[in-house]
Amino acid sequence: MEAKILINNQQTELIIRRFVLQLIEHHGNLENCAIIGLQPRGVSLSRQLMDKLNELKPGHQAKYGELDNTFFRDDIRRGEIHLPRPSKIDFSTENLNIVLVDDVLFTGRTIRAGIDALMNFGRPARVELMVLVDRRYNRELPIAADYHGVVVDSRSTGEYVKVEWNPNNNQTWLLPNKG
Amino acid sequence: MPATLQHLLGIKGLSTESIHQIFETADNFKQLLNSPVKKTPSLRDFTVANLFFENSTRTRVSFELAEKRLGADIVNFSSSSSSVKKGETLIDTVNNILSMKVDMVVMRHPAPGACMFLARHVNAQIVNAGDGTHEHPTQALLDAFSIREKLGSVYGKKVVIVGDILHSRVALSNIFCLQQLGADVMVCGPSTLIPKHISGLGVKVEHNLEKALQWCDVANMLRIQLERQDIKYFPSLREYSMQYGLTGALLNKLDKEIVIMHPGPINRGVEISSEVADSSHSIILQQVENGVAVRMAVLYLLAQHQLEQSRA
Repeated sequence: MEAKILINNQQTELIIRRFVLQLIEHHGNLENCAIIGLQPRGVSLSRQLMDKLNELKPGHQAKYGELDNTFFRDDIRRGEIHLPRPSKIDFSTENLNIVLVDDVLFTGRTIRAGIDALMNFGRPARVELMVLVDRRYNRELPIAADYHGVVVDSRSTGEYVKVEWNPNNNQTWLLPNKG
Repeated sequence: MPATLQHLLGIKGLSTESIHQIFETADNFKQLLNSPVKKTPSLRDFTVANLFFENSTRTRVSFELAEKRLGADIVNFSSSSSSVKKGETLIDTVNNILSMKVDMVVMRHPAPGACMFLARHVNAQIVNAGDGTHEHPTQALLDAFSIREKLGSVYGKKVVIVGDILHSRVALSNIFCLQQLGADVMVCGPSTLIPKHISGLGVKVEHNLEKALQWCDVANMLRIQLERQDIKYFPSLREYSMQYGLTGALLNKLDKEIVIMHPGPINRGVEISSEVADSSHSIILQQVENGVAVRMAVLYLLAQHQLEQSRA
């Protein structure tokens, strides 16, 4: 299999626009809502999402934060060395509707760690998951996305989805392997 | 792959990169400690033994909290209530504890170099929590971390360490750590309490406290370590206090504001007056708070090294 573009720049823009409209459809003015990007790669999407939200729904009430899940991973001391990145959540998540944002949903383990990290900031009313790419047949934990950009049906764990966030040129690739 | 530490025996030998890595990790732990739930499960499959062959309040509680908040199992040991009293050697004591599947040893010991000795003779990761008059690396790291937090950076700052430099492991570790991070360091105290060749480390020496304070951005006040002094180094505590005690009046004479630090325990009215210790210039309690975050970072990073070894 050769490397191919899964989502080009224009499609990425449309997906982010759709995400914003879906959020408005479900949560209105987003009062009592917080958008939280998962470090490191989810924040690229969550920042662009917030830009689009500010453009399409000025005066919305959504809070914004970024979350690092390093200390809650289940593979600490089992694989690579994991160094943390900063979390920025300057509000309590108590009773909020949280939309957790990441680029790719694969095994579900990153999201599990993210939810655990999130719970340290309070008890949210509900947590939703938004991902650009959902590799739905590769789950290792019972986790599902509430909002997804595209779904990849590949069952091969060797294939790799890589999202490149560049200013005005976002591209998502499906690669035959991680290297 | 980022560099990780095998042991933390002293600041000497630690790279600038490693110190920054510890600080950046500690930033995250500090944030965690200020969130409603202060725990992570990252070291839940890890056991740490705290071996204290010398008295300690702050360091011991700080390490214990750091370990607990990382989810590690811990065992505490103090020499006063152990078989050391029955004549067991240090290596035997530690090997016995290690055979009960302990991954890491945090040790305080009155003999300089005890941790280095242990690291050579037992198969475990060692964290030095103070070895005699030699080093106290986590104290130096948390001091530098506190300066960085208060002043934005350590680089280019002028720091004076005042008091019993001769018997202080905090002073030596601080000198190594601050210099490594690009700070200018001065020591100040009566000549009997300043080691003879300390200027060989590249530090300035000053015997007049007022001049030293006028020079510095940060003053780190040390306790007189009476328990390590076998002879009289100065006529009386009262005289020492009059010459080297930091008071509000002395601070008011300066034409600038400086940051006051103290590694504890404070002897109020000796090296520092209550007025100064409790003032807004003092970051003594922030140092204690940062101590837990910095020690969490050290333990977390050390635990990652063990993985590297076991894979190799």
